[in-house]
Amino acid sequence: MPTLDLITETPLHPYASGADFPGGAGPRPIQFREALREAMAEEMRRDPRIFLMGEEVAEYNGAYKVSQGMLDEFGPKRIIDSPISENGFAGLAVGAAMYGLRPIIEFMSWSFSLVAADQILNNVPKMLYMSGGQWGCPVVFRGNDGAGGQLGSTHSWAVEGLFSNVPGVKIAIPSNPYDAKGLLKTAIRDDDPVFFLESERMLGDKAHVPAPEDGDLLVPFGEAALRSVGDACTLVSFGRPVNFCLEAAADLREKEGIEVDVLDMRTIRPLDIDAIIRSLRTTSRLVVVDQCWPFASVASEVVAQVCERAFDLLDHQPLRVNSDDVPTPYSKALEAEFLPHKGKIVAAVRKTLGYT
Amino acid sequence: MTAVTTAPRSIPRRPSAALPDEALLRMLRDMQLIREFENRTMQAYQQAKIGGFCHVYTGQEALVVGTFASVNHDDPIVTAYRDHGHALARGMSPRACMAEMFGRATGCAKGKGGSMHMFDKPNHLYGGHGIVGAQTALGAGLAFAVKYELEVLGRDLASGGNPKKRVALCYLGDGALNQGCLHEAMNLAGLWSLPVIFIVENNLYSMGTSIHRGTTSADDLTKKAAAYEIDGFSFDGMDILSLYDNFKPVADACRDDQKPAFVDIRTYRYKGHSMSDPQKYRTREEVEEYESKRDSIAMLAAHLMRDRACLSEDAWRAMQDELAEIVRDAVKFADESPWPDPKAELYSDVMVSPHPRMSPSGEYVEGACNPILEGQPGGGER
Repeated sequence: MPTLDLITETPLHPYASGADFPGGAGPRPIQFREALREAMAEEMRRDPRIFLMGEEVAEYNGAYKVSQGMLDEFGPKRIIDSPISENGFAGLAVGAAMYGLRPIIEFMSWSFSLVAADQILNNVPKMLYMSGGQWGCPVVFRGNDGAGGQLGSTHSWAVEGLFSNVPGVKIAIPSNPYDAKGLLKTAIRDDDPVFFLESERMLGDKAHVPAPEDGDLLVPFGEAALRSVGDACTLVSFGRPVNFCLEAAADLREKEGIEVDVLDMRTIRPLDIDAIIRSLRTTSRLVVVDQCWPFASVASEVVAQVCERAFDLLDHQPLRVNSDDVPTPYSKALEAEFLPHKGKIVAAVRKTLGYT
Repeated sequence: MTAVTTAPRSIPRRPSAALPDEALLRMLRDMQLIREFENRTMQAYQQAKIGGFCHVYTGQEALVVGTFASVNHDDPIVTAYRDHGHALARGMSPRACMAEMFGRATGCAKGKGGSMHMFDKPNHLYGGHGIVGAQTALGAGLAFAVKYELEVLGRDLASGGNPKKRVALCYLGDGALNQGCLHEAMNLAGLWSLPVIFIVENNLYSMGTSIHRGTTSADDLTKKAAAYEIDGFSFDGMDILSLYDNFKPVADACRDDQKPAFVDIRTYRYKGHSMSDPQKYRTREEVEEYESKRDSIAMLAAHLMRDRACLSEDAWRAMQDELAEIVRDAVKFADESPWPDPKAELYSDVMVSPHPRMSPSGEYVEGACNPILEGQPGGGER
């Protein structure tokens, strides 16, 4: 077992995520979507420059009920229903942010952000640089990322691989309600643009989140959290697949007595590569679990950085568990196999240990 | 929608008649500065002092100077990549503008932007933008923010005082008429009555494609505005006084009523689309027609000499000489300015608040390292 002093910067949090999430429930379980709403509402009460814009965020109360009730509290000038014009309203946010406002833009799905690619990849991350430091672009873009459940090829994008290639943005990807709230509040306060990747499949997950009266819950960027502790292998993941890793870790523990570290990166940019290396000092084995495609993925980046920085720590070549390198299928049976599921993770961990 | 060259409301005849001589002389001076500056820009480009894509403003000077004269200095503006004229007319020093194109540390964006990306915060210029039409959504966003200041914040973001009624000017070329972004931006502006004026710098060609080959309703672009319930106008942009007379009431109405407008301004670029354009798509005679008979600078100078009698031949020549000297100085300044230091500048301005691991002063920069800068901020193996 690694000693916790190796990982002092990555304290364990009392997470829980419903029945399928080991870690224990706290006294105030709320849904992932409620955690997001609390984060936005608390920040909007604090700072009148913040507004929320997106499709169906106001009168419909959010396509996924994330913004439920916010129109009533903040009114239609701050909770703004946009027509289906991602490129238009993403670009509007760029201009508004340059002028001095703090927009939160909800993409119903990050899949739809691709029609706004010019704004979010060409303008948002580059404005500060190409203006020689005169104008930043403090917008939070948030929405559902990854396979939502039989949505087919065009609606199931995991954009983290594609977007993390671009310098100039921060990318946060929570795996549970606690981080969802804490990371989103941090994102909204950040002076730089943040892409905030949620998952439709997690919005109903419940976990303890401290009450607002207990103080601002701000989860810092660039600090991974150790979610399960073991010495056999390091599992690195982010977003929804962290939960697949925890399922795999439980299986490995119960069925084979194998204990693994599960590191939840929480942000992809910045990436807490130091936490991974600290864990590898004990485990010497690495499996990176990532819901985007394998080629040039975040998992590939993690493996590359580990090889560059800590090659000597490794007793087995690092392995990646990604979604399969095919368009996301519709069929339940095919989609389930496509994702980086528990079975794939268990097999990868066993492989690093030399099991056949 | 309103027909060609019709002013939107009842106004005194010829607002330009009320302008003092000094204001008109200032217009002439600003236009001539741009003309002279662009002459030197082309020269420097041919000498390979300026790199990349470079689009000069020659011929279109009246458009930017006349529209700027119709609004306040703190009204936000955003434009496309043919942006040197906007920068100079808004008050950027010719030195900073030229040095930016030379890629020097003294440029307006420290040499990180170049010809297509003139940004000037003190002068409320929210950039020249390189992707055709992309800036139109930013124009809507600036207008959204202006209106938000008034209606939600109730205070001026910059000063903290009472909010002012502002109007955003968003310039685009006629090529941008065919980009989806403009149509999304116009729909949002019309839907939410955002105080933005979409100004089409209609020089008749998007690169080498004449407007009739590129867009529908080329002879009456205001039809496009009508689709979004935005007031549309079409004005001549070569005669600066007529442009001012037509445009000023539009700008005032958009400010007062916090609403959008779409203005097609007919202009002409004397030079190629960029510095590498052989111009086979138009005749030499067409260019000469504009240069010899419709030149905005010559027209205004003649008006000031003949009608206003506030400018002598000698004074005009002296002004031209003075501006030529200012531009010569700008070229000299740019040429003698230091290059940006890669050790200090390559990794700066990526983030406002970089995480230590993303920071040039931090111990590790994300992604691959630069072995040339090893041991320096932002580079090298750790």
